[in-house]
Amino acid sequence: MAYRFDFASLLDYTPVLVNGVATTVGLTLVGAVLGVGIGIGGAAARSSANAPLRVAVGAYVELIRNTPFLVQLFFIFFGLPSLGVRLPEWQAALLAMVINLGAYATEIIRAGIDATPKGQIEAGASLGMSGPQIFRYIILGPAMGKIWPALTSQIIIVMLGSSVCSQIAVEELSFAANFIQSRNFRPFEVYFVATALYLALAVGLRWLLARLGDRLFARAARA
Amino acid sequence: MLNFTFWDILSNLLLAARWTVLLSAIAFVCGGVAGLLVLLARVAPLRPLQGAMKIYIELFQGTPLLMQLFIVFFVLPLVGVETSPWTAAAVSLTLFTSAYLAEIWRGCVDAVPKGQWEASASLALSYGEQMRYVVLPQALRIAVPPTVGFSVQVVKGTAVTSIIGFVEITKAGTMITNATFQPFLVYGLVGLLYFALCYPLSLSAKALERKLNVAR
Amino acid sequence: MSLADGSVPPSPRPLVKLTNIRKSFGPVEVLKGVDMAVQEGQVVAMIGRSGSGKSTLLRSINGLERIDDGVIEVDGECVDPSQIDLRALRLKVGMVFQQFNLFPHLSAGENVMLALKVVKKQDKASCRAAAEQALAKVGLGHKFDAYPSHLSGGQQQRVAIARSLAMAPKVLLCDEITSALDPELVSEVLSVVRKLAEEGMTLLLVTHEMRFAREVCDSLVFMHGGRIIEQGPPADLFDHPKTAELAQFVGMVEAR
Repeated sequence: MAYRFDFASLLDYTPVLVNGVATTVGLTLVGAVLGVGIGIGGAAARSSANAPLRVAVGAYVELIRNTPFLVQLFFIFFGLPSLGVRLPEWQAALLAMVINLGAYATEIIRAGIDATPKGQIEAGASLGMSGPQIFRYIILGPAMGKIWPALTSQIIIVMLGSSVCSQIAVEELSFAANFIQSRNFRPFEVYFVATALYLALAVGLRWLLARLGDRLFARAARA
Repeated sequence: MLNFTFWDILSNLLLAARWTVLLSAIAFVCGGVAGLLVLLARVAPLRPLQGAMKIYIELFQGTPLLMQLFIVFFVLPLVGVETSPWTAAAVSLTLFTSAYLAEIWRGCVDAVPKGQWEASASLALSYGEQMRYVVLPQALRIAVPPTVGFSVQVVKGTAVTSIIGFVEITKAGTMITNATFQPFLVYGLVGLLYFALCYPLSLSAKALERKLNVAR
Repeated sequence: MSLADGSVPPSPRPLVKLTNIRKSFGPVEVLKGVDMAVQEGQVVAMIGRSGSGKSTLLRSINGLERIDDGVIEVDGECVDPSQIDLRALRLKVGMVFQQFNLFPHLSAGENVMLALKVVKKQDKASCRAAAEQALAKVGLGHKFDAYPSHLSGGQQQRVAIARSLAMAPKVLLCDEITSALDPELVSEVLSVVRKLAEEGMTLLLVTHEMRFAREVCDSLVFMHGGRIIEQGPPADLFDHPKTAELAQFVGMVEAR
């Protein structure tokens, strides 16, 4: 029996899909801002003179990068309540995404910082600038400009990874897809459309972040 | 409610870990072979073939692994292939791996200096001979660290297959949590098991990278 | 060169003949209609400032650059610019590069043998013999098993020359082959080229080595702004430049 495709049946569920896309985008954008913030802090910590701090951040990075995001999510949502921390789904998802991106961002930004030519730092020191001032005014800008493409890729990976948040009932795009196919019994059409939407989001997000990078770092990156 | 000891939990997870390792190995090896074919097509001097491979790679890199898994799980039965969670997981992860490895390896081929292409061209070598005798041997050396690094992504990717019911470490963890009501302990152990599998691979990749940079 | 009865024999067909060569990189026209003929056994030096188009012209002769317009003839055969397979051409035209471009994963001997084995399909024994002979000719017979990373720049370049020579080309193109070498290593490479010239090899060299050009080359070609604006015997061009550009170029170079 040949399978007859029926994409039209999806139209009834457009609001569900739109809501799913909005949730995915929302989680990603907020997660990206917070995650990059943690990344900058983590990268700064990695270059600090404080050895325990360096080791602690290093351990955080290795732990996150060597375990699956799904497990991190489950640990936060199902495991933390045992310690008395009970978070609503979307907060758990956001927290997991921020912690995950933060670890990768720390490494990526650290690579950018390490690539700063020594002469730049020496010039700043000769002008009497303090360590934090040198970091903020001389190192950070060009470093971010250099690693922006790698950071963009990682943010998109996190966005795509958010699909597993459907497993803790966060109503993002994958959850919407599961919901719809359980009602219209058209899994192929539903997942096909959802996948196409993710692809569009990935392409769109890459474009958006590239423009943002040009805006923020164009001068610094040319340095 | 039955009482589960720590050892009960751990031993069950370790048993499930065999499947994680097996799935990872199969996806990595089959994905590697497929990835090599995709690579050769991607860098071949035939525009339509290059374009098709570009789309293939973009599809797998621009969509969630979960969606890829669902599509394979639901599409294969439509064309008559009996699909267990194991089959869907293996096929999906293999395709996923092939796309990522092809792209990594393409970067390595690009990293071979242009002068090597020109010198071998000047000696009248054909494209195939250039690749076989001059470019690929050099690209291979460059490719070892990132390829080992990607194996970590494959192992982590197996966790997602728990969602379609394949019983590997994460699925076992979920089932055990439902029985023991100790999510903190169980998922903590699950995390540590993945860490034990992945961290040595990450360290090897870093060590290989250092060795490569020193040798240049 | 005249015969006993005073008549001048007709010039033999040139080995390399370029007619009205044009090439642009995007909006920039790099070669603006170049005509050149090289006879068998001639040693021609191409000089000029950076950007004058001399490397581009050289590289178009063995097909590394595709020309937009014009005709390239090598050994009587037209080189079709749209031809994808330039193998036959490259068996006749060899090239030595500024950056040597030795294959780092192969020893010196293996570098020389590779094309003989793969392209000319010679058997192992004759490949090895030819390679040993080529390396001996450039003074590196004892370095057969050495890897490029263990050779000096001058040695690497000599291996590169041997690698091209082993294929027995009719003409050897040399693209600034001493420019990337430390000064003390330049002479060992130039003496190999000088020996080849004395043995009658047809050579086309893009070079900055003016003294070498004057001493060894039969003909000098001066390029400026994508055109050949002077050519002739080196002594004539150096001592009596006809154009202001060449006078300035010669003055600049000798002032160094």
